[in-house]
Amino acid sequence: MALPTYASPLERIWYYTYIVICCLVFLFLIAPILIVIPLSFNAEPYFTFTEKMVTFDPEGYSLRWYDTLLTLGHPDPDAVRDGAWWSAVWERSTWVQAAKNSFWVGLWATILATVLGTIAALGLSRPEMPYRRLIMALLISPMIVPIIIIAVGMSFFYAKACVPPDGVLGATVGYFLSEKGCLANSHLGVIVAHAVLGIPFVIITVTATLAGFDQSLIRAAQSMGANPRTVFFKVIMPLILPGVISGALFAFVTSFDEVVAVLFIAGPEQQTIPRQMFNGIREAISPAILAVATILVVISVLLLASVELLRRRSDRLRGVTGR
Amino acid sequence: MAEVADTMLKTSDGRPLKEALATAQARAKRRAFLLVMPLLAFVLLTFLIPIGYMLKRSFEHDGFSGSAPALVAWFEANDDFDPADPPEAAYAALVDDLARMQAERTTGLAGARINYSVPGTISMFKAGARAAKNLQPPFKEALVALDENWSRPALWRAMESASNIYTTEFYLVAADRKLTDDGWARGGDKERIYLYLFVKTFVISGVITVLCLLLAFPIAHLLATLPMAKSSLLMILVLLPFWTSLLVRTTSWMVLLQEQGVVNNLLVAMGLVSDDGRLTMMYNLTGTIVAMTHVLLPFMILPLYSVMRVIPPSYARAARSLGATSWTTFRRVYLPQTMPGIAAGSLLVFILAVGYYITPALVGGADGQLISNLIAFHMSKSNWSLAAAIAAMLLLSILLLYWLYDRLVGIDRLKLG
Repeated sequence: MALPTYASPLERIWYYTYIVICCLVFLFLIAPILIVIPLSFNAEPYFTFTEKMVTFDPEGYSLRWYDTLLTLGHPDPDAVRDGAWWSAVWERSTWVQAAKNSFWVGLWATILATVLGTIAALGLSRPEMPYRRLIMALLISPMIVPIIIIAVGMSFFYAKACVPPDGVLGATVGYFLSEKGCLANSHLGVIVAHAVLGIPFVIITVTATLAGFDQSLIRAAQSMGANPRTVFFKVIMPLILPGVISGALFAFVTSFDEVVAVLFIAGPEQQTIPRQMFNGIREAISPAILAVATILVVISVLLLASVELLRRRSDRLRGVTGR
Repeated sequence: MAEVADTMLKTSDGRPLKEALATAQARAKRRAFLLVMPLLAFVLLTFLIPIGYMLKRSFEHDGFSGSAPALVAWFEANDDFDPADPPEAAYAALVDDLARMQAERTTGLAGARINYSVPGTISMFKAGARAAKNLQPPFKEALVALDENWSRPALWRAMESASNIYTTEFYLVAADRKLTDDGWARGGDKERIYLYLFVKTFVISGVITVLCLLLAFPIAHLLATLPMAKSSLLMILVLLPFWTSLLVRTTSWMVLLQEQGVVNNLLVAMGLVSDDGRLTMMYNLTGTIVAMTHVLLPFMILPLYSVMRVIPPSYARAARSLGATSWTTFRRVYLPQTMPGIAAGSLLVFILAVGYYITPALVGGADGQLISNLIAFHMSKSNWSLAAAIAAMLLLSILLLYWLYDRLVGIDRLKLG
């Protein structure tokens, strides 16, 4: 947007003020995220720039907080860093364990949410779908209902959702439940909780992709003799795949970032990165948190880039020009 | 009429077309519904039933009714007793029950139930239960000698009410009512904590919504009017916070706002603030408002942007060419067209702000806590029924707002990036 030639001086002043305001808001949006990156290399246990950092003295910077991420919980942190030391990091380090838990919980929650959500979105996008509005409202609601309410409800119910460990059910699904055979304090409990929270994102992105989907393509495929399976995998899936993947990424990030449900329903076995961070911030905040935060910022930049690329590809496939 | 029937359209196998169409439509409906079924079942089991279970917990509690059978029976038989002066039989039943509680180790449960309406009773019940076996009639005098509160009318009212498993008492407590000797009454000014926090949560959410709107409006306008290549680049600056972990953003604000933090250091270095006059911006309301505005800002920018992008610039030009000043053009032509975006963004931000938990818990301190934090507090203190009742009240207000959102905006227009 440029200034028209007939703009008065007052309007010119206002225009430049407006540009400055916009820059300040962008600064407000982005600066807090970027500020943690240099601070995570602080050589001192402070949360602010030391004098050495400001003068770019190399002594002011160090990787010690990244090192803490490896050594916290390590049985012998000061030993020689050989293969045994690194395998102890992989098996015992608190942050590495948390990362592994976060990853697996996120992966399974994403798979669950994406598969169920995509199938449901296909149904919801059909014009014949009965009670469409009501069902949509219901499926989106995990995003709207405050997380604390969901967490309280789940912590009450999952503690009661148990199977006797010695029964038939206990023998088959008991492996996924806690020692007492309950959803509470189990990996499965956290996974289904996170899947529920991820579902709205999958529904929103996939139905949005399906909104631009030409239904006559399905009829064309059918008229040429394709069975429903072929239609789904050869016609529908390639076209909605970008939407499905970005929905899946949203679901994964939701799970990867979720802490309240974990705090309420998980046991000590299900320590995740956000939970570790939450406790770290609450108790003794150390710059190690900033090192984790920096790693998470890098991950989110990568995720955002992939979603943007996917969206552009999807728009191109659907023949939408521009944004 | 017979002629009409003859001319009625039929399918090739001789069925009336209308009927065949209805069958086909019913089948299509069933198919569409079958696709949604698995997810509905999953959401029902893992989300709706837990919330329903929580609502049930907010109405029922068997801590007392389950462990004091003698008193429950006595209350049932004498439902018109005078709480100010219960007869000896009632005290006898009470002592009987206290002894049973001691034997069955249910004193804590029963005491906790009564404690909701008459605070401070758990220890009373524990002492009473320990002594119950050795008490001699007359029981009234014996109990009162133990603790004079045993004859308090409020306690007897509470016990009568607690002898029923279903109750609305938790809602009364959550609405700042207080059980006095004469029955439920409004609490004193200092005791109106819950409703006060509700109002405070809504006011703070409103402030955050207005702040978000003020910050988002110029940004969204800039993004909507810039050429596509530039606005795509700037859009990344909006989407990055959206994708960054909430805990990371909250941590960043703690780093920025604390007393030895970056903002204070900058202000001191610039000479705006003296070194011992550093601003307290964290662990109070300011921290909550600033951090939450930052976290929720993208939710305002995105709906505003998607509305502003499709506003044709020719309207504004037409207004200007007809002699309107730029302010009039903005107020009378542009602003009304952005209303759908303002409504969508504001409602979304408000809804999300009302239920916020993590950010206030970490940067709010004592002053910046919202209603969600109170729910978490009562959960941690094992006041489950009260937590459930407050959560139910919060849920009701959220659902009302959600319904409004669906009415005004439509949930299928919710977009992410």
